[in-house]
Amino acid sequence: MGKTTKVVDLEKVVIKFAGDSGDGMQLTGSQFTDTSALLGNDLATFPDFPAEIRAPQGTVAGVSGFQIHIGRIDINTPGDIADVLVAMNPAALKANKNWIKKGGTIIVNIDSFTKKDLEKAGYEASPLDDTSFEGFNIIQAPITKLTREALKDSSLDGKSVGRSKNMFALGIVYWMFNRPMEQTEKFLQNKFAKNPELVAANIKVMHAGYNFADTIEALPSSYTVLSAKLKAGTYRNVMGNQAIAWGFLAAAERANKGLFLGSYPITPASDILHELAKHKNLGVKTFQAEDEIAGICAAIGASFTGSLAITTTSGPGFALKAEALGLAVMTELPLVVVDVQRGGPSTGLPTKTEQSDLMQALYGRNGESPVIVLASSTPANCFDWAYMASKITLEHNTPVVLLSDGYLGNGAEPWRIKSIEDMSSIKPLLAAEGEEYQPYARDKKTLARKLALPGTKGLEHRLGGLEKEDITGNVSYDPENHEKMSSIRAEKIKRIAELIPEQEVFGRKQGDVLAVGWGGTHGSLYSAVDNLQKEGKSISLCQFNYINPLPKNTADILNNYKTIVVCELNSGQFANYLRINFQGTIFNQYNKIQGFPFTTSELEAHFKSLLKK
Amino acid sequence: MEHLTNKDFTSDQEVRWCPGCGDYTILRAMQKALPQLEKRKEDFVFISGIGCSSRFPYYMNTYGFHTIHGRAPALATGVKLANPNLSVWQITGDGDALAIGGNHFIHALRRNIDINILLFNNEIYGLTKGQFSPTSQKGIKTKSNPHGTTDEPFSISDLSIGAQGSFFARSVDTNPKLMQQLFIEAEGYRGTSLIEILQNCVIFNDKTFASITAKEVKQDAQLFLEDGKPMIFGAEGNKGIVLNGFKLEAVKIGENGITEKDILVHDAKEEDPTLHTMLARMRPPEFPVALGIIRKVSRPTFNSGMLAQLEYEKQNAKFKTVDELLKSGETWEVEG
Repeated sequence: MGKTTKVVDLEKVVIKFAGDSGDGMQLTGSQFTDTSALLGNDLATFPDFPAEIRAPQGTVAGVSGFQIHIGRIDINTPGDIADVLVAMNPAALKANKNWIKKGGTIIVNIDSFTKKDLEKAGYEASPLDDTSFEGFNIIQAPITKLTREALKDSSLDGKSVGRSKNMFALGIVYWMFNRPMEQTEKFLQNKFAKNPELVAANIKVMHAGYNFADTIEALPSSYTVLSAKLKAGTYRNVMGNQAIAWGFLAAAERANKGLFLGSYPITPASDILHELAKHKNLGVKTFQAEDEIAGICAAIGASFTGSLAITTTSGPGFALKAEALGLAVMTELPLVVVDVQRGGPSTGLPTKTEQSDLMQALYGRNGESPVIVLASSTPANCFDWAYMASKITLEHNTPVVLLSDGYLGNGAEPWRIKSIEDMSSIKPLLAAEGEEYQPYARDKKTLARKLALPGTKGLEHRLGGLEKEDITGNVSYDPENHEKMSSIRAEKIKRIAELIPEQEVFGRKQGDVLAVGWGGTHGSLYSAVDNLQKEGKSISLCQFNYINPLPKNTADILNNYKTIVVCELNSGQFANYLRINFQGTIFNQYNKIQGFPFTTSELEAHFKSLLKK
Repeated sequence: MEHLTNKDFTSDQEVRWCPGCGDYTILRAMQKALPQLEKRKEDFVFISGIGCSSRFPYYMNTYGFHTIHGRAPALATGVKLANPNLSVWQITGDGDALAIGGNHFIHALRRNIDINILLFNNEIYGLTKGQFSPTSQKGIKTKSNPHGTTDEPFSISDLSIGAQGSFFARSVDTNPKLMQQLFIEAEGYRGTSLIEILQNCVIFNDKTFASITAKEVKQDAQLFLEDGKPMIFGAEGNKGIVLNGFKLEAVKIGENGITEKDILVHDAKEEDPTLHTMLARMRPPEFPVALGIIRKVSRPTFNSGMLAQLEYEKQNAKFKTVDELLKSGETWEVEG
């Protein structure tokens, strides 16, 4: 205290908290996020954790990380590599050694660098003692010891004392970035309201960490990141999965519909179920079914009965829902299937991100079975796309697949709060009592059929998975009718292209390189293209949210660039989809299948190589 | 309330089951039972999966949904939860409910969702032309096991009781009056009502229930259980069921000192399922088959529990609109 500390103003900074999966790193990271958001920073986060709840302690496989990128400039990604790493043990240091900026600051819990800890991480000797981290600013903090010391008068048991050491780390980082601790204090008071002893202990440890950082001379300076220049309005932090849940709530209220979710727990989609299950006060009915199939089937039943019906899942669950989704296609019922994609095939990488369910969404059903496919592209716009999926499905009475991914679902960013009034209206297509009803008569413009809800007098009718006769909806095995109905189902989807907005391009409308992306890669692609544009390079970005149908001006856009490169986190599914739709156009590919998002730097490097050609 | 007749429930679709199929009598019994329920026609919904029985909704002039194989309980659950005022009927068969749809079947029973399940048990696959089903008798020779099955069949009643099913009834397809009565009882019961109908498939498993339904044996082979009444059966009304130690025994009144007082009295409302299980398992030649309502115990339904929670939360929640939710929690202002 009382020392003069240099305060350095930073434009942006990337901080990573890493530790054992039981070390509370997700909580530490999200606390730093919330505090930074309240200070007005723009930000993006990326939690990265193992699939196991408690993976083997101290091993590299068991490392759980939380990366946050804060800035006073526009932030679009959680950052490629960290400026500051908090490593609670040797495994956390090892797992992140290639993801820390040369010369960056590493705060280690030196108490967990014992021989045993080092062995578990696969180190023969401490990497802090050799040249492994030469040039880095290493802060060796005795976090375990000082946490115990701070709580020596506490009546808490040893285990609880040990657990609170993440608060010590948080305290250090709060000091480093000049953050107030009130928000976290408030959070702790709420979280442990029933256990005041625990609240006091955690707050005490956090302050101990803060004071430790203030005291030691190893920290050369304290940094500050000023508020970002965001558009005026009321903001909050939002995670992708939460935003999807809220988008559905908003759509149901706007459409004056009951909201029904049929779902089965699956990583990384379960948080949508958790979020909606909290809001029974808003009339939401959530049904945790016995399996994925029952989840979608219950939703179809609720849709038939007049609800805005949703089912949420990830890749393996989506595969199980395929047959039922075909039923919704055949019966032309509104339904939104949310697939929060993860690494596949099979169980794959449950907690890692990927974009490899695109073909499954487009074609993964028996028969000719077209569905509308949309993709959200930032954690916050998950709200808008859930809303749009609901609007389209209710107005066209045909199922919609909404693709998100683990990176968006668990990622967070500030969101300018919208009001229901700001959203476009939703007009469900329903038959009314007394009208002449034919279940498969259609709107001339959209080809959508009207629903007649059970309980409506005089409109009794039967639906089913067997082919329908045009107009009447009676079972029909007639060959010409089947061909006609198949083309109607396809045409109905195509016509939606007439109603959706034209595709936009970031950058000039023609030039050397067009980077094409879809869904969750927006942040990294945007940052890379933005950086290169600032260097004067001729490159633009076209990021798709409407996948099927594609916006009607897509071909016009593609024809204006010398080189097109389709960037996606799979082996080229969207590129192949574009090849089917735009034969003759050459699509280059840039792909990554590592369970991680693109880094801005790898994209920039690749685009530069294309620009040189 | 408009008075309805069986004609009001008959759709304009031609019925396409095989001539002589047991399904016809079940359909007619349903069309006669529904007008007796004093409900609005538009409030009935029939939901089925796949199989011969699952064509049923097409022949009912109500709201109907012919869904996919095995999944009707899940669809029906969604319908009932979305609009609890509807009277929801699931029509299924032994393959649809117990093979491909076994999981949904047991979970519907466990939850006690307020729907009525009619399980047409013909112990065979009809629509796929004659393969054995999960209720086929062991050893039966079919196309898919020409050397005789080695599968042990399910006992539907045991499965139901094991899944916490609280309403189990049984009929034969040759008894339209009993079917009508059971359909009406099922609709009146709050919870999952399961009715097993022993149904003859004339093409692939003809006369499989002949030892129960044939004219010359049926009076001795069928026991009509009625709540509070002694379990008496037989052409001469002099046979009954007694409990001998831990086992049931079919006896003759007047023989070996047995009097009518020794005969068990049926209690469908008994919570302990032991006796219900034993009664439902009875089979000729040693025993008659138990028909009627075997088990009917009161238990809260899933749908009423969900609605009560919704109501409570609506009354007690901090916010009532989505706008209030979006603005709740930590927010901050950015000035223009």
